[in-house]
Amino acid sequence: MALVTMREALNQALREEMLRDDDVFLMGEEVAEYQGAYKVTKGLLEELGPKRVIDTPITELGFAGLGVGAAMVGLRPIVEFMTFNFSILATDQIINSAAKMLYMSGGQFKIPIVFRGPGGSAFQVSSQHSQALESWYAYFPGLKVVMPSTPADAKGLLKASIRDDDPVIFIEQERMYGIKGEVSDDPDFVIPLGVADIKREGTDATIIARSLMVPVALKAAEALEKQGVSCEVIDPRTIRPLDIDTIIQSVKKTNRVVIAEESHPFCGVAAEIGAEINERAFDYLDAPVKRVSGADVPMPYAKNLEDLAIPSVDQIVAAVREVAYLD
Amino acid sequence: MRKRSPQPSRVGAEDTSATGVMDEESAETEHPRQSTGDLKAAQKSRLAGLDRETLVNIYHQMLLARRFEEKSAEAYSSGKIGGFCHLYIGQEAVAIGAISAIRKDDYVLTSYREHAHALAKGMSPESVMAELYGKATGCSKGKGGSMHMFDKELGFLGGHAIVGGQIPLATGVAFAAKYKGTDQVALCFFGEAAVNQGAFHESLNMAQLWKVPCIYICENNRYGMGTSLERAMSSHDISQKSCAYDIAAEFVDGMDVLAVREATMRAVERARKDSLPTLLEVRTYRFMGHSMSDPGNYRTRAEIERHQERDPLKLFSASLREEGVLSDEQFKELEAQVKDQVEKAVKFAEESPLPDPKELYTDVYATPLDAHRN
Repeated sequence: MALVTMREALNQALREEMLRDDDVFLMGEEVAEYQGAYKVTKGLLEELGPKRVIDTPITELGFAGLGVGAAMVGLRPIVEFMTFNFSILATDQIINSAAKMLYMSGGQFKIPIVFRGPGGSAFQVSSQHSQALESWYAYFPGLKVVMPSTPADAKGLLKASIRDDDPVIFIEQERMYGIKGEVSDDPDFVIPLGVADIKREGTDATIIARSLMVPVALKAAEALEKQGVSCEVIDPRTIRPLDIDTIIQSVKKTNRVVIAEESHPFCGVAAEIGAEINERAFDYLDAPVKRVSGADVPMPYAKNLEDLAIPSVDQIVAAVREVAYLD
Repeated sequence: MRKRSPQPSRVGAEDTSATGVMDEESAETEHPRQSTGDLKAAQKSRLAGLDRETLVNIYHQMLLARRFEEKSAEAYSSGKIGGFCHLYIGQEAVAIGAISAIRKDDYVLTSYREHAHALAKGMSPESVMAELYGKATGCSKGKGGSMHMFDKELGFLGGHAIVGGQIPLATGVAFAAKYKGTDQVALCFFGEAAVNQGAFHESLNMAQLWKVPCIYICENNRYGMGTSLERAMSSHDISQKSCAYDIAAEFVDGMDVLAVREATMRAVERARKDSLPTLLEVRTYRFMGHSMSDPGNYRTRAEIERHQERDPLKLFSASLREEGVLSDEQFKELEAQVKDQVEKAVKFAEESPLPDPKELYTDVYATPLDAHRN
């Protein structure tokens, strides 16, 4: 175990998996000579060479499709989007090719590819560079969607994603590359997809949070503890497959649920989880499921407005107090 | 009438017989083509260099594609085939000529107008017809239909129905062949309308930048659904678009199956030996509508008939007959053989079972979602 940043943990996962399997290659904008716009791919070109670590032109649809084609005939590409904002240009290949190829070929062509990069809110870059897109990708059968919230989860889940035989959307939170945590250096340290992690145990209310909202939810839980409310914080870690069983078990214990997310509320992942809870555990609820989502607006630039657009500790605290009927 | 400018990065320049000759009778000023007489003369000179078995096999494939699709149209009209059904009649020389120039272990990717390509790559008429019928025995287990045929063993990689979507995919397939150090090549077929998509330009740029063995075959049939080339493209010379990417290019008369074969062979050699891509603009024409539901009001009967004079199947059969490759009797035998193949395919499709309802939920994931925690 070693204390490393999220950035270093991701770098270790990439390096270890590329050393493990020659069919894995990495491509994207500035991943090689520049060493990654966020330095996640630092040192990889030097160690693995230009055949395995490939700088692409700014041509997202093209290189995403090229990756899917390479996956059709046995390679295991890792396609980095400099940010997931730019993946919007590549959605035809991600959705129409990667997600559907296995099905429409009657099971003949699996697509073992990872599309990864930073997503979610960034620091004061306004609307086009700061948004959460997981509900888009999670919508499509055929894709898996992963969102780590700690360095250890990032490493273990990225390694699992690279070894997975399906297309995986792996969204790293742009604000979280510098956070530190203990990470295993076992080359076979893998966290299976589809297994939620209980980040904090509690008895009075369940807070479901992912990605950047996990540390925010944990801070809220700390504050609530002082107010006499014991919160359980569940991080699904993967949106698809979603570990609904762990969520339902917690709901049955606490009977109160708040779902925190950075993304817009409308047609979002929290809406889906809320619906699942209603269908599976309605009788266990002592209050309606409460969502704390990002503001339903494009992301503004001004710092004070940006802060208002992203869920805060205070908002989560207030939501928990609301479902606990404390105010 | 605009004369063609010289080819910017033309290759195979010694072969001028199929290229650049304007048909003075044509009203389609931007779609130069050889006269029927010129085409036949050129075809016969090509024919002389080929063995009988190859020639007969190519003709057999063309005839099979034609009869197969005529039968598909019947089955579609009687409601046995659903969805969209895009027929290839008139364009057979392109797929069959090009695919005759590659090895079995090479790859083919194409658009939704794909039945002939699938057959030419060696897929059985039974598996293709059963797929059209949406049966469990179809090449994609009835999940793909007319637009999504696949056969992994035979290197037929679809069957893609977003215009231009197969172009980056084929580039990646060729990229993988180079990565793995095989000498396989990928043929990527698409219509001229796909050239207006970003996917075409992004792919050609990467292909030449990274030197991948992909052969881009633009089947220029003049119409993107009902919109003519002239109404959709500011510069009508597709082979010239190769200049922007410094990619080798050639333009070919797509009504001459042997011209297509020869041009593809030159491109394949460049791909296999030097790992370089090529853009072929193959000028062809579809005799039927865009799909079975297309009334075809955007073009005249006279225009279609003018192109039907250059029916690739008729021209090739005339060459084979006149050069004594096949006798009248042998033509009849082949016709009967193909009829039998198509009838067997229909019978197979008719008698095959529908997909099991359980198939609805299979093949969504290689590792199903519920398997992760078990």
